[in-house]
Amino acid sequence: MTKNYFEVIRAGINTTFQDAGRSNLYHIGVPFSGAMDNRNYLIANNLVNNDLNLPVIEFAYQGPLLKYRGKKINIAITGDVFFNLKIDGKVYEGKSYESYEINNGDEIDILSTNKSVYGYFAISGEFNLKYQWGSCSTNTRANIGANNGKKFSDGQKIEISKISTFQIKKRSDYTKKVIEKIRVIKGTNYDYFSKEGVHNFFNKVFTVSKLSDRMGMRLEGPKIENNVDTNIKSEGLVKGVIQIPADGNPIIMLSDHGTIGGYPKIGVVISADYDQLVQLKSGSHIKFQEVELSDAETLFSLYQMETKNILSQIK
Amino acid sequence: MIKNISNLGDAALYCDFGNIVNRETNTEVIKYYQSIKKSNIYGINNLTPSYNKLIISFDLGITNFSKLKKIIENLSINKKESLSSKKIEIPICCDELFSLDIKRLENKLNLEREKIFDNFLKNEYFCYMTGFIAGMPFLGDLDKNMRAKRLETPRVKVPKGSIGLTEQFTNIYTFESPGGWNIIGNTPINVFDNKNEVNPNLISPGDTIVFKRIDINKYNKFND
Repeated sequence: MTKNYFEVIRAGINTTFQDAGRSNLYHIGVPFSGAMDNRNYLIANNLVNNDLNLPVIEFAYQGPLLKYRGKKINIAITGDVFFNLKIDGKVYEGKSYESYEINNGDEIDILSTNKSVYGYFAISGEFNLKYQWGSCSTNTRANIGANNGKKFSDGQKIEISKISTFQIKKRSDYTKKVIEKIRVIKGTNYDYFSKEGVHNFFNKVFTVSKLSDRMGMRLEGPKIENNVDTNIKSEGLVKGVIQIPADGNPIIMLSDHGTIGGYPKIGVVISADYDQLVQLKSGSHIKFQEVELSDAETLFSLYQMETKNILSQIK
Repeated sequence: MIKNISNLGDAALYCDFGNIVNRETNTEVIKYYQSIKKSNIYGINNLTPSYNKLIISFDLGITNFSKLKKIIENLSINKKESLSSKKIEIPICCDELFSLDIKRLENKLNLEREKIFDNFLKNEYFCYMTGFIAGMPFLGDLDKNMRAKRLETPRVKVPKGSIGLTEQFTNIYTFESPGGWNIIGNTPINVFDNKNEVNPNLISPGDTIVFKRIDINKYNKFND
């Protein structure tokens, strides 16, 4: 049997395998993980005719440079991404949201994301990966998941276990909507903060700090003053929780977050806005808007309908 | 008893068992956690028990806050059933190599180091919860004269196996991680095994822990 694989010539900054994530493990300290931007993850799989829950390669800022060895295969990249394809020795500028056919010796050079953080690379087939608790998602903190729980490294091989090619190019005309504000439901310690603190939180501009990763997004801006206590008894966290530690700077819990925390929670980002939130680059500005639970539920139904439409329109 | 159920965002229930953190409250939390887990309620995708709270995360594409709140409120919890729990002995080496914050503790607690170790080793500890990092147990309670605050500046890297103290609790760093607890020793035991999908964590909420002191020679040979 001929082996099909990618040689990782350059690993990129934070390149990992991700899928829909793993559940039912918060009680032992293991978070969901999974693709940060779920919609772009699903589109990537759809563009290569895969089942939507198959693992893909997620990259942040700078992606990998991969050289392909093996039989003909289709690939696709999603997200706001600059990349080149070297096919038969010639370099072409690639386009996100389109499938390509590549052959032995071709290269994919994922140069950078543009106005976003994460992008996705899918192949028509399956990578040879180990599942842990029903998921391949890599959690580099606990070393759980595919690739021995680690980021990609230069020089390694990425093996492919199954190839299923197709003939006609597939394309999505999905374009990310730019949203003005990230919508938030009041947190369980909302009343710990001063009136001015709450006012600042919902009216002032915050900047995404460089100290942001798959675990959390740190923000800088006006300090959020706490009138009650800067600590609470440690308790569970969920994706999107906004904690305010003693220094008054918000931290938003993201997909690889610690499962327990002891800082007061001012709010929780609504599920419908999560994909947009994670794509905010360091240095981006962010404003929050308070919404009720019922609004958040309606917005999530709309988000799901939209995702369905985008996927059904891919040809 | 659950005192109040509110929403934590749009995809989780926040069940509050009151402000007091003790074994009694925490036992209630764990009983609810175990019953809900057994009930396999459709849509729930995670449960996080802690000292006095239980967070129930759900898939918003399947169910919602008000539907699930009703189900939880009407769930019958078997109060008489005793907690499923086990007693575990954890070896600890308090050699200077491992007791990174013993000087700080001597100053803060105004006790000599051997007295600190003795006080620590004589008690049985109850596991309130596991988490923060995978498998990390939060154990209590330390004697009143053993309670120190976290380090002013947390360590960027606490070595794997480190055993720390803070306030009424003690914990075990299941792998290298940032952290601010006062480190008094280290265990050679693997408390979280990320290769074991069935029983990855040695210690679960409700378990009882005793620490047994070992010397550096025994520590070094432990995993031979």
